[in-house]
Amino acid sequence: MALAVPSTLDEAIDAVAGAPDAQLLAGGTDFCVQVSFGLRRPTGVVSLRRVDDLRGWSADSDTITIGASTTYTAMIEQLTGLLPALAGAARSVGSPQIRNMGTLGGNVATASPAGDTLPVLLGLDARVGLAGTTGRRSVALHDLVTGPKRTSMLPGEIIVDVTTRRPRGPQHFLKVGTRNAMVISIASAAVGIDPEAETVSCALGSVGPVPLRAPQAEAFAASEIDWAAMTASDSALARFGSLAASEASPIDDHRSSAAYRRAAVAVIAERGLRRCLRDAG
Amino acid sequence: MPDSPDAHIDGSTVPWSSSNDFDLTVDGRSRRVRGSWLGETLLYVLRERLGLPGSKNACEQGECGSCSVLLDDVVVCSCLILAADAQGCTIRTVEGLSASGDAADVQDAMVRCGAVQCGFCTPGLVVAIYDLLRHSPDATDMEIRESLSGNLCRCTGYGRIFEAVREVQRGRSCARL
Repeated sequence: MALAVPSTLDEAIDAVAGAPDAQLLAGGTDFCVQVSFGLRRPTGVVSLRRVDDLRGWSADSDTITIGASTTYTAMIEQLTGLLPALAGAARSVGSPQIRNMGTLGGNVATASPAGDTLPVLLGLDARVGLAGTTGRRSVALHDLVTGPKRTSMLPGEIIVDVTTRRPRGPQHFLKVGTRNAMVISIASAAVGIDPEAETVSCALGSVGPVPLRAPQAEAFAASEIDWAAMTASDSALARFGSLAASEASPIDDHRSSAAYRRAAVAVIAERGLRRCLRDAG
Repeated sequence: MPDSPDAHIDGSTVPWSSSNDFDLTVDGRSRRVRGSWLGETLLYVLRERLGLPGSKNACEQGECGSCSVLLDDVVVCSCLILAADAQGCTIRTVEGLSASGDAADVQDAMVRCGAVQCGFCTPGLVVAIYDLLRHSPDATDMEIRESLSGNLCRCTGYGRIFEAVREVQRGRSCARL
């Protein structure tokens, strides 16, 4: 096995270009487990640890751009004000040790259906910035994640950053698991409202092959909310949850059953919308 | 993939290393690692190649925290780091914290409060508690629980461990007066 430790993005692109089979290594929280358990025997690893170009974040009036190497801890410490739901999702990941290591770019690239930042990013119409030998491109997260742990990234491409729209209202992330720490989501939801545009976003995790939006639930809630009073009837809120559940496509697996996941989505979607209305009211 | 040590791919500016020998900075000393496979974790190298068995190997997937170390002053699971990728980083193990005396009151409190039974999780907890209290000396009960949520104990029970944390806080707050 060979290891490359580039210190700039250009060097990293060069390193991967010369070794297309090489594994990119960011926080290592997924990859090192696979190696230790003998599931992966990498021939080459390109470590992104020293690539400063992938760190930090910036914001303008419409968007927020977050470097791929931003750790969950950094999201909690630095982005709670701008992106509270992202910080909330980050805080629900693993343990302090894991959050000190795992990165936003890693969560996106791993493309697990249970990746906790993904519903939040999807709800904020995130785009992923990629770099490779042929240059830079930007892909909607929705188009990047194509299946469970599958992406449309091309060989040799590196995730540089993730850009979200700036929320113009509250957004909440809710997650169901067996305890509050060290748990992989059984179901998750990121629900947000934009009181100015009078729109609702509802993105779901762990209840489909990829994180997904629930457009029928979103449109229904937008039409039912009294935007002047920031309220909705109990029956409309419950119907919003049911619609979100019907738009999920969960499966039975070792973590939970499809039926439980669907029931959980109805509860957390409704609860998320209630919290948004409470915050905006 | 180049297989000769420190080869450069044509046109590449980045050296690839396949050398199985490299240096790590552990507890203030430069340590030579010899004959390592580059896929070995920092935990494995600390325990099996550098004779530092304080960091415990239990889950090898970041679940249990018993391998906690400080990497560039940040608490991490050493089972989730490739040792070769930690070259140039500052690594502090429970052995180093113990020898320096920096975690002495944490260790004493754990013994006094009966927070050690089988002892397997103890080194990781010492590292995690040391890290918590230097950042949040007045951590609340909820903060203590969240900070130690990645360190599993399966026999002592957490009550005595939390009591040990509070004992350290009391001792340090008296020392500050």
